[in-house]
Amino acid sequence: MAVEQVAMSSPDERITLTDDQRRRRRSRSIAIAVILAGLVVLFYVITMVKLASTAVDPSL
Amino acid sequence: MAYVNDLNATEPVPGVSLATPRDYFELLKPRVMQLVVFTALVGMVMAPGSIDLFSGAVALFAITIGAGASGALNMWYDADIDRKMARTRLRPVPSGRVAPGEALAFGIVLSVGSVALLGLAANWLAAGLLAFTIFFYAVIYTMWLKRSTPENIVIGGAAGALPPVVGWAVLTGAVGWESLVLFAIIFLWTPPHFWALALLKEEDYRRANVPMLPNVAGAAVTAHRILYYSLILAPVGVVPSFIGLASPVYGVIAAGLGAVLIWKALPILRSAGTDRAAARGMFGYSLVYLFVLFAALLVEGIVARLGWF
Repeated sequence: MAVEQVAMSSPDERITLTDDQRRRRRSRSIAIAVILAGLVVLFYVITMVKLASTAVDPSL
Repeated sequence: MAYVNDLNATEPVPGVSLATPRDYFELLKPRVMQLVVFTALVGMVMAPGSIDLFSGAVALFAITIGAGASGALNMWYDADIDRKMARTRLRPVPSGRVAPGEALAFGIVLSVGSVALLGLAANWLAAGLLAFTIFFYAVIYTMWLKRSTPENIVIGGAAGALPPVVGWAVLTGAVGWESLVLFAIIFLWTPPHFWALALLKEEDYRRANVPMLPNVAGAAVTAHRILYYSLILAPVGVVPSFIGLASPVYGVIAAGLGAVLIWKALPILRSAGTDRAAARGMFGYSLVYLFVLFAALLVEGIVARLGWF
């Protein structure tokens, strides 16, 4: 696996990612997106379930 | 302009993460999570009271993630010794796939998130117990006991024993003394299980300078301690059938399992801890022991909830 690192003499130093690094970054990004979407759904459903149980039993 | 080519991917490159989602999943110690989810589920099923299926599933998920978070914090802190041990050197942090700071941040975020989720889905006592479990494992065990005393896993075992108590609290909002019996079973099971492993991995622990009992007190003392703990654990494993938590059928199963546990400890004692096959047998059987014991409790709990008997 090769990493091509380009060091500029100017202050604007840059690293050019290899295809493998780009693929790994993309898989991390997708995982984070899926987890965040899942959390949104999870918290929505928890809220609905709690609201429903409170509606059934107003003393709660 | 300068070029640096063909750097080995296992060498961390500043600013370039080589981690995949699988590496982060590995940080959670999936095998430990399996045990946690299983024992917490048993605590939930055995507890009196009820919870809707969705909230119960979310609570169990939160406990599992909390256990994973403590695993990530453990891997962050222990990267230096993990690097020296054959069993752990390929973990995400020592191998360089995940940066230490990333593992720490991951562990903290999951810790806070799992505790908050459990509080919202169940109750704040259960959430507090989960927070205490994470703290105990990450701080008391990992940062303090593990490197300072051969009794590390005796006291640290409390963290692994708490999930059924958390599960019990999810349903009841309290810490029932019955749940403390489940705690005691795992608490007493932990030392002989890990000492059997420590006998097998003595060289690893010596290289990493972790004061496990065989390295500090010797294999013969460890063999005695394994037997003593087995002798205490075997009867404690039967206790649920005497306090109304389980049936006499469970009691018979637990007694049989306990007798085999003691029988497995004897060849280790006879060889003064030098018989590797005996230690391997004890390590493997101790996993079977705990699994079958809690599986029996789980089955009885489900049967009782469904009103089949």
